[in-house]
Amino acid sequence: MPAPWREPARYGIDGCMIAAPIHRASERFLLDPSGAVVWPASRTIIVADLHLEKASSLATRGSLLPPYDSRTTLDRLTLLLSRYAPERVIALGDSFHDPLGLARMAPDDAGRLARLESEQKFIWIAGNHDPAESAMIELREKNFTFRHEASRLAPGEIEFSGHFHPKARIATRGAAIARPCFVADAHRILLPAFGAYAGGLDVTSPPIRALFPRGGQVFLLSRDRIYTFPLAHAAKAS
Amino acid sequence: MPDSSNALPPAFAAWFGAKNWSPRAHQLAVLNAVRAGDDVLLIAPTGGGKTLAGFLPSLIALGNDPTPRLHTLYVSPLKALATDIARNLTAPITEMGLPVRVETRTGDTPANRRARQRIDPPHLLLTTPESLALLLSLPDAKKNFAELRMIVLDEIHALAGTKRGDQLALGLARLTRLAPDARRIGLSATIAHPEAMRAWLSPGGHDRATRMITGEPGTAPEVAMLIAPGDLPWSGHMGLMAAEAILRRIASAGMTIVFVNTRAQAELMFEALWRHNAETLPIALHHGSLDIAQRRKVEAAMASGRLRAVVATSSLDLGIDWAGVDQVIQVGAPKGISRLMQRLGRANHRMDEASRALLVPANRFEVLECEAAIEGVAAGALDGDPPRPGALDVLAQHILGCACAAPFKPDDLFAEIRAAAPYADLPRKDFDDVLRFVEDGGYALSVYERYRKLFRDADGNIHVRNARIQRQFRMNIGTIVEAPTLKVRLGGRRGFGGITLGEIEEYFVSMLSPGDTFLFAGRRLRFLGIRETTVMAADGGEGDPKIPAYEGGRMPLTTNLADRVRAILHSPETWHRFPEPVREWLELQATRSSLPAPDDLLVETFPRGGRWYLVAYCFEGRQAHQALGMLLTRRLERFGDQPLGFVATDYVLGCWCAREPRNIPRLFEEDMLGDDLEAWMAESSMLKRSFRNVAVIAGLIERMHPGGERSRRQVTVNTDLIYDVLRKHEPDHILLRATRADAAHGLVDLARIAGMLARARGRIHHRRLGRVSPLAVPVLLEVGREQVHGGGGEDALLEEAEALIAEAMGDAGAMA
Repeated sequence: MPAPWREPARYGIDGCMIAAPIHRASERFLLDPSGAVVWPASRTIIVADLHLEKASSLATRGSLLPPYDSRTTLDRLTLLLSRYAPERVIALGDSFHDPLGLARMAPDDAGRLARLESEQKFIWIAGNHDPAESAMIELREKNFTFRHEASRLAPGEIEFSGHFHPKARIATRGAAIARPCFVADAHRILLPAFGAYAGGLDVTSPPIRALFPRGGQVFLLSRDRIYTFPLAHAAKAS
Repeated sequence: MPDSSNALPPAFAAWFGAKNWSPRAHQLAVLNAVRAGDDVLLIAPTGGGKTLAGFLPSLIALGNDPTPRLHTLYVSPLKALATDIARNLTAPITEMGLPVRVETRTGDTPANRRARQRIDPPHLLLTTPESLALLLSLPDAKKNFAELRMIVLDEIHALAGTKRGDQLALGLARLTRLAPDARRIGLSATIAHPEAMRAWLSPGGHDRATRMITGEPGTAPEVAMLIAPGDLPWSGHMGLMAAEAILRRIASAGMTIVFVNTRAQAELMFEALWRHNAETLPIALHHGSLDIAQRRKVEAAMASGRLRAVVATSSLDLGIDWAGVDQVIQVGAPKGISRLMQRLGRANHRMDEASRALLVPANRFEVLECEAAIEGVAAGALDGDPPRPGALDVLAQHILGCACAAPFKPDDLFAEIRAAAPYADLPRKDFDDVLRFVEDGGYALSVYERYRKLFRDADGNIHVRNARIQRQFRMNIGTIVEAPTLKVRLGGRRGFGGITLGEIEEYFVSMLSPGDTFLFAGRRLRFLGIRETTVMAADGGEGDPKIPAYEGGRMPLTTNLADRVRAILHSPETWHRFPEPVREWLELQATRSSLPAPDDLLVETFPRGGRWYLVAYCFEGRQAHQALGMLLTRRLERFGDQPLGFVATDYVLGCWCAREPRNIPRLFEEDMLGDDLEAWMAESSMLKRSFRNVAVIAGLIERMHPGGERSRRQVTVNTDLIYDVLRKHEPDHILLRATRADAAHGLVDLARIAGMLARARGRIHHRRLGRVSPLAVPVLLEVGREQVHGGGGEDALLEEAEALIAEAMGDAGAMA
């Protein structure tokens, strides 16, 4: 039995976490400062680009990074799931850094992942890093499509995707501050990477800009809230 | 000189005679020391014929025995210097008909020449610390260096105490093992710690002491202050108001170098000079971000006497001699006496003539600093700290390099490394930890068995695992890690062709919008946009230009110079030398508040505009004040004084609070360096920057490669993320230890803060004032110009920016 759905607004009252609400096709979504999207009506959490076992993947190529990335990502995921207690999780691909990632995973971490999978339903979408046969290419529900990489949209279609690891640099009075972010317009919601070692691609870079020809909003992640800017404000260089 | 003709072989004596020269005493002393089998440290001012002194022993030896082999290795901090020396050596070699071949080996040497050099080495090979590290990592290093007899190390004062110096010292220890008979000759400018330099140079583990030879001092330079007419600014560091006066001095001399402190200042000063340059005197610009071809052009124009002045940064501090320079003008405070002397040495490379120099203060405090510097130069009081202990990230790189060359036993390598002065006191535990890091990452969770870079055989020898790791190592040698930069291209009319002007930091580019004007390479440019990894620009921007800022552009004030400034402040009898506004300013300070005393710490508090200000006259340099500001605001927070911000200059630290700070002595107690420091260091973005360098140098992540630029935008590994994860899981990992050591030495100037707090104990002179004091005005004018670093401050800024944009855009930017 899943735990009762918790209305996340109370985290705002506590002052510890404030997610940003957005509305699409009469549905309400919350953009969480952890980088996940919460879909309260269907008790769903959406995350992108976990890149589990990235460190061990790079190790095969000679960079011996601290082997604690999967652990850190799972810590974050566990915290997120215990906060919202969803019924299901949609992972938008690149959940593992490469197709052999699961095989390399330390037994402890693999056990934790299995436990999470037993507690809520996981829908694994295939990514370019982990094109597993068992994973789905995309998931469609109502007007919504969940896929790894943004694609051409049908009229009325609303898409949630990952892949690009968007991050934005915002000029402030003191300094430019770069953080991972969501990017959204009326049709697309691009999620930041959730994985501990997943880097970022600037939202001003051509692949991301091309997805938002008429502009959009940047939702910058911070420790316990989201900051909102027009995409044009981050898009400084042509 | 009968002695000299005895000391020199006839061909050499004749050559000197034909030039109407006689060998200098220190040149002969070096020669004799080498003949006696000693290693030599030669300390002499610029223009003393140091380089020839370094090469004479080799040229003489090879004149007698020209057997083909690598006889002498010369290492210089600059590629350009190696190339220049090679050119200069051709004159004596061809004129005396010596059977000696000289070649350079740097990152620019083409592959076919490198391959040929390995088969058929020159007698004299001129190289850099990085190229030496590469040569030593090759499997045939042992054979290549077996016949080596001399190692000449140029400008070692610029290397000792830096990471490049650490790399060189480790390379020397290795060379001594491969070629025990090779002697070392170190060439250094005059330095504050000659004994420490002698230790740095000495081959440890051998009982032959390095002979120190000191050249005759040059004629004392004539240094004066140049103060532009009009009122003296209270703050600012650019000194542009003096441009017209500087131009007049340029017109009255043959060739002038105008030294400034930052690249931004160089751009602005260059523009300001040209604004007044009605006579169109040929004046050029030289700094480290300009395209190398442009810089070489400027240098060539200088050498051939086609220029009247060059505006330059530290890019011209070192290196090639330009005999034609007869005046040096330093704009802005000199920050250190050794650095100033180095710059003064650029004028008049003839030892018997005094070099002429002018110091141009940019504000009132700098008048004091310039005066202090003039006194310091006259007294020959050099500054600079003795070299710090060797860095562990460099050691990691070196260990991998050793493994690439040949298998080793840990005990042997440890002994060899301890023979390098920076590592003479290296604890075995640190060595073992670094070695483990190189082997398999050295993590408590050992999961990388299959991917280890090194393995141990049954006899305890350590081998590199495969050829790919050797290749990877060779592509990533070096200890200079630069911030990501973009090329600046000045487009043709339609964006075709054009020229590359140089490189600016990515960070600055991200602050530009198309149409913005910026100053670079002495031009006013319009920003068009970014194409691939190149900034496209056109001539002729309009409106207020932005100026590229660079990390680490500013040097902190040295302790030596700071002490002199403090002494001047406390000696009213010396103030008559200052212009009227400065004198008045100091006299007013004495009446309204107090003057900082040499051994006290003056702290003022006063209300202003609904806030309380605290100004501490520490004189420990900007970096130390920055760190101190972070620590103090934490404490003010804890004591309930509600700090709102702080600002640091080279001289003072200013904080402002919502409430009146009361217990000042408690605030400055030394326990600040305990928990407060730990807590701050943990989340400081400075530490993250340090970690990035350490991670790259130690080989945790690969550096970006030329040719790999396309993938550069898709950052694969973000070191900030790795830092956070490593700190959480293994706070004592060797790379984090290396990071903290780096920060303590460089970024934070921890030793200076600690020394200041210890001195201030019981000697805090607190003045509670009704209003701002005259001496506090300059720092208050800096408020708002400084950047914040990380942590909670970023959120406040984001909130402000968000509100500002939302207000400006109304609902237009909001989502439907």
